[in-house]
Amino acid sequence: MTEPLIRPKRKNPLQRTRRPLSPQAVRSRTAHGLTAAAAEGRFALQVCEDCKTVIYPPRDCCPSCFSARLPFRDVARGGVLIAETTVQTSTDPYFRERTPWRVGTVKLDVGPVIVAHLHGDAQEGRRVRLDLKLDKSGSAVAMALPEKDTPNMADDPHLREMTCDPKFRRVLITDGRTAVGQALAKAFANAGASIIFVGIADSWKPFSGLEALRRIERVEIVPLDVTDTESVTEQAEQNGARIDIVVNTAEHVRSGGVVDRHGLTVTREEMDVRYLGLARLAQAFGPILRARGADGVNSAAAFVNLLSVHALMNWPIYGSYSAAEAACLSAAQCMRAELRPGGVKVMNVFFGPLETEWFQTVPPPKVAPAALAGAVVRGLQQGLEDVFVGDVAEDIRQRLAVNPKALEREIAS
Amino acid sequence: MTVDVLSFARAIAAGEVRVIDLTQTLSQDFPTIVLAPELGQCAPFRMEEVSRYDERGPAWYWNNISLGEHTGTHFDAPIHWISGKDLPNNAVDTIDVAKFIAPAVVIDCSKECAADPDFALTIAFVEQWEARHGKIEPGHWVLLRTDWSKQGFTDYANLRDDGAHTPGPEPAVVKWFVEQRDVHGFGTETIGTDFGQGHHFNPPFPAHFYMHGKGRFGLQCLSNLDLLPPKGAVIVAAPLKIKQGSGSPLRVLALLSGPKT
Repeated sequence: MTEPLIRPKRKNPLQRTRRPLSPQAVRSRTAHGLTAAAAEGRFALQVCEDCKTVIYPPRDCCPSCFSARLPFRDVARGGVLIAETTVQTSTDPYFRERTPWRVGTVKLDVGPVIVAHLHGDAQEGRRVRLDLKLDKSGSAVAMALPEKDTPNMADDPHLREMTCDPKFRRVLITDGRTAVGQALAKAFANAGASIIFVGIADSWKPFSGLEALRRIERVEIVPLDVTDTESVTEQAEQNGARIDIVVNTAEHVRSGGVVDRHGLTVTREEMDVRYLGLARLAQAFGPILRARGADGVNSAAAFVNLLSVHALMNWPIYGSYSAAEAACLSAAQCMRAELRPGGVKVMNVFFGPLETEWFQTVPPPKVAPAALAGAVVRGLQQGLEDVFVGDVAEDIRQRLAVNPKALEREIAS
Repeated sequence: MTVDVLSFARAIAAGEVRVIDLTQTLSQDFPTIVLAPELGQCAPFRMEEVSRYDERGPAWYWNNISLGEHTGTHFDAPIHWISGKDLPNNAVDTIDVAKFIAPAVVIDCSKECAADPDFALTIAFVEQWEARHGKIEPGHWVLLRTDWSKQGFTDYANLRDDGAHTPGPEPAVVKWFVEQRDVHGFGTETIGTDFGQGHHFNPPFPAHFYMHGKGRFGLQCLSNLDLLPPKGAVIVAAPLKIKQGSGSPLRVLALLSGPKT
C-alpha cells in the first residue's frame, strides 16, 4: 500500500532549489509511436498487419514475418510481473538522485516482454497493468501499476514523477470570469490543490460567479488580465515562485469568419486574448516554472492550454476564432520544447463547442464546463499531453487522422 | 487691443496664472466604457515595452502603446455621434484649432451625486446655479463637477445588473445648453458625458445627441474639477490630430488667474 503523501513543509528559503534533470530522452522515430500513445493515455504497441504479432520494442520490420507494415494499435495492457530488481545507484544524474528505483520485467498477455518502471504496489509474480507514461524528459516509458487500484496509489513517488497530480500543488487559473474557470476552481479544490489562485481582470466589472468562487476552499482571487503585459508580469513576480500548474482559461469566443466579418476589432481582440495572452503568460511564468521542475513534492508540473478542437481544423462559422486557437496550438508546441528541460509538461486539452453563452446557437453535443474541468484534472493526474474532451473533439480527431481534406470540406458544409 | 502673449507666458512662469491638470493618468486598469459584449468595444490603454536600456535598445527606454479614441480622459468630436456626422469640420483633425482653448463654467453637483449616483442634471438646477453665479455666457465649456473622479474604480464605473449608475444631464438641459446658452461643449468626470442610464432617455444619450448634433464638443474622465471656480477658468483641450478621428485622449489643462492660494 502506498504511503499517503503528506503536505510538504514550507520551503526552506536558505536552501538551493535543485535544478531539474531529465532521464535519457533519445528515441527512434518509430518509437515515438509510444510517445504518441503515452501523450493521450493510450496503451499502444506495434501490431504486424500481416502476421498479427504484437511487437516490443518498436521495430521497422516484423521479427516473425519480416513485414514492414507495423502500425501502432491499442492493445490490452494486462500482464504478469515476472521479475523485479531495485537499482541502488546509477551513473545517470537523474536516477542517481532518485534511487532506490525499482524496475521489472512484465510478460504481457498479448505477447511481448517489457522492461518497466514499477509502482510501489506492483508485486513480483502478480498481475499488473502496464501504462505508457511520459517521463520528465517527455519520452514514453512503461510503468507497471497494480492490477486493481490501491489506496493512495497516485501518491507513489515514482508514479508522481510521471504525472502532474494537482494534489498539494498550487494552481493558477488565469481567468475566473469564465464558466470553465469557475468549474476548474471547484475541480482543483476537490483534487487537493493547496492553493488555487484565480485571476480576475477589471475587478470593477461585476460578475455573477464571484461569490461562489470565493466560497470554494483554498481559492485566492488575484488581479490578472492576460491582455495586459504589466498585469501578467506583476502576478508572476508576486506569486510565480509558488505556482506549480498554470491553466489558461482566458477565452474569446465569437462567431464570424475571416471573410465574413466586419473589420478587425474583434479579430484583434481574439488574438490579443488568446495568442498574445498566451505569449505573455509564457514569458512571465515559463522561466520560473522551468526552473522549479524538481522543487520537491510541489514542484512545478504543467502549463495547461484549453484549445478548441477547431485549432486542428478550421470551423468556418467560427473561423476567425478557430484561427486564433490554431495560433495557440502552434505556440503550445513551441512551449513544450522550451519547458521540457524543466520537466514541465504542456498539456493541450481539446474540446468542441461548450455549453456556454457564446455557443448558444450551436446544437448539441456540447461540453459542459464541469466535464471539461474534470478532464483537465484527470489529464494532469495521468500526466497526459493531449486530451480530447467530448464527442465533437473525438470525432474531429479521428476524421483528421483518416482524411484531413474530407474533414475540411465536410466541416464547411 | 493687442494681447501680449509673452506677458501671458511670463505670468505662467511667475505663477500668476495657475495651471491645473484635469487629466486622469492613462493606465491599463482605468475603466473604459462597457457596451453589450456583442457590440464593438473601446480598447483599453495597453503598453508594451520596446526597450529599457537593454539588448533591445541599449541607451534608451520607450514603449509602444495602444488605446481607443475614447480611452481615458478624452475629447469627443461632433463626428463621434450620428447627429453630427454631416457637419463640416466635425473631426479632430479638421476642427478649428482656436476652439481648443475656451473658458469654462463649473456646475458643482457633488453633494447631490454623493447622495444619489443617479443624479440627473435639470434646467431648474442650472437656473438656480445661474441665480448664484450669473448667466452662462456663450462659448463656454460647461463642466459638471460630481467628484466622481475621486471614487475607486468599482464605484466609478458603478455597473449593476441594469447597467451603469452614474450622474449626467437630462435631455432637456442639454438641448437648453446648446440652444439657449450656446455652450462650447460639455465635460464630465464620469466615463461618458451622458447619464449612466442615458440609453433610456429620449433621445438616448442626449449629451452626445444634442451637443454633437450642433457641432459642440465633449470632454470626459476629467479630474480636479473641485479645484476650479464656478466661473473664470480657461480650458486648454487640444486632441491629437487623428485623420478623421472621432475623438482623442488628451491632456486637459485649466488656466486660472491669481497666485496659488
